[in-house]
Amino acid sequence: MDNISKILKHKITFILIAIVVGFLVAALVLGLTGYNPLEVYRILFKGMFSKPRYIMNIIIKASPIILTGISVAFALRVGLFNIGVEGQYIVGTIVATVVGILFDFPPLIQFPLILIAGALAGGLYGAIAGYLKAKRGIHEVITGIMFNWIAFYAGNYVVSLERFKDPGTTTTYFINASGFDPVYNWKMSPVGQELLQQNSFLREILGRTSANIGIIIAIIVALLITFILRKTTKGYELRAVGLNKYASGASGINVEKNTMQTLLIAGATAGLSGALSITGVSQRLFELMALENYGFNGLSVALMAGGSPIGSIFAGLLFAGLNYGGGSIQLEIGAPSEIIDILIGTIVFCTALVTVVPLLIEKINKRGGNKKC
Amino acid sequence: MLASLLLLISNTIMYSTPLVFGALGGLVSEKSGVTNIGLEGMMTVGAATGVCVAYLTGNPWIGFLAAGIAGGLIAVLHAVASVSLRADQSVSGIAINLLGAGASLFMVRIVFGALNTPPVPRKLPKILSDSSKLGVFSRLNFEVTAVIALVLMIVIWFIFKKTKWGLRVSSVGEHPVVADSLGLNVYKIRYTCVIISGFLAGLGGASMTLSILSNFVPTAISGHGFIALTAVIFGKWKPVGVYLSCLFFGLAQALVIQIGGGAILSSQIVAMLPYVLTIIVLVLFVGRSVGPKASGVPYEKGK
Repeated sequence: MDNISKILKHKITFILIAIVVGFLVAALVLGLTGYNPLEVYRILFKGMFSKPRYIMNIIIKASPIILTGISVAFALRVGLFNIGVEGQYIVGTIVATVVGILFDFPPLIQFPLILIAGALAGGLYGAIAGYLKAKRGIHEVITGIMFNWIAFYAGNYVVSLERFKDPGTTTTYFINASGFDPVYNWKMSPVGQELLQQNSFLREILGRTSANIGIIIAIIVALLITFILRKTTKGYELRAVGLNKYASGASGINVEKNTMQTLLIAGATAGLSGALSITGVSQRLFELMALENYGFNGLSVALMAGGSPIGSIFAGLLFAGLNYGGGSIQLEIGAPSEIIDILIGTIVFCTALVTVVPLLIEKINKRGGNKKC
Repeated sequence: MLASLLLLISNTIMYSTPLVFGALGGLVSEKSGVTNIGLEGMMTVGAATGVCVAYLTGNPWIGFLAAGIAGGLIAVLHAVASVSLRADQSVSGIAINLLGAGASLFMVRIVFGALNTPPVPRKLPKILSDSSKLGVFSRLNFEVTAVIALVLMIVIWFIFKKTKWGLRVSSVGEHPVVADSLGLNVYKIRYTCVIISGFLAGLGGASMTLSILSNFVPTAISGHGFIALTAVIFGKWKPVGVYLSCLFFGLAQALVIQIGGGAILSSQIVAMLPYVLTIIVLVLFVGRSVGPKASGVPYEKGK
């Protein structure tokens, strides 16, 4: 019995169970509505893995939500629910576009400049929410929801400005080429073009996709945040605030300062994600009709990852993969691709139930104890 | 001048109605000590179910009721997670939003084969079936749902102010331990309130699709549940306050429609104003809004 308790105590075990339950529930829904779940899943996985290009596309789609996921996961560790991640991401895209259009430095300066500007903007945006929470006691969920919409309209406002709007379209001009992603620039260079001509694999995964360095930066950020949380005094302080802000306040930790710093870092991560989307994928800002959910999907990613920054990498890939493959089940057998939302929703719901583990262990131990009697 | 003022009033009431249903739902749940971030998902479920049932039966009232029931059913999930299993209520709420949106779109696609549905044969009625005699005042011929929302607010106010059950709910939300020791069934009361919350949110969703839009589109509920959630806090957990907060958001939206974009202010800036204003009001006037003490905290008997 002790063994079962031990296995259950591992968060990963629980998340794997949640994923299995997600697939089972979705299979049940598919079965009840007249689709063969096995067939649907076969096509789902074919749509995810059957070509190297598909896998590359999943990585590209995963990169921004891994970063927004890390943003949420980091704030969760400090006991903050960063629902404003969507707005922080949008602010990152706005500032990245504005800087990318207004300035035209050499690529070695321009590209990092855009990323830093986007991250700073997202960070400041998050820090305002942090300030309002720390000094005015306004809940970060409320400011987050408001700030998401403010960012949404601010983005559309920038797109509408004469300085930025590409006449006759609903987008801004492209950012200057000096700010494009290095992978893109290499691919378009004579050397890159020649290599792509010769190597069909590279042509498939780089030439026919918007491959960019987002995933590498996402992994670096995940490692960095984990390092800060685990190995530095600052991280110790932050985790202490997350566990019990009254106790840590009483023992001399400045809770208000830590709250602001947390949302600053979380916002910067989300803003960086937005900036990378501009440099790596869209290269300009679009007028939005509805929120794009890069931030809200980050919420799901962080929750699926059990609040772990490193786990967010895998959860982001899973989330992006299922959604990417979901498109093909609609195309090939007409099963509603929304089944993927049900699948992911079930996984997140199950991860919320992680609290049953202690209850279960208690029961198992009791039963074990009774047998001995 | 009168005409545009009447139009403003009429649009304010119209846009605030779905929010009132949702926010009252949020209020009831929070009063009992359960945070309900899942309002958005519950409203979406109501919006979709309302249209499907109204379309299939031809009767919008059956659709409206079915929407409430569907909202209540998905709320059971939230109740099981957050009351019985003591799960993190925010996480469960986010999951409900995902599940609600997914299930709604899935159902709409199964029933209609597309995500944008055709209009329902009959919409929910207005107060008067023929308002042409009223002339310019015909603008004040509101949707029946607006009246239902107002009545519901008064009923909920009455329950919390004047009835034993309302006091019990409040005590469970403030001090579950004390309430339990006095013989109240904390779990039962919380279950009831969360399910009522889902029912009301479902009605709110349907009031959007069956009385404002006449069909379902994937963006029918886009952020309304979250605004409703804000209205609960903005209204300081009091039914009248919550109602007025919803009117405020409705007014802001009506103003955006009426003023639109001009030479002075871009329409995007006008659209942004209500959210900026909310933050300013919270900073200047509301200050620390304190909700039910045990809201968001799972209750464990005997601890």
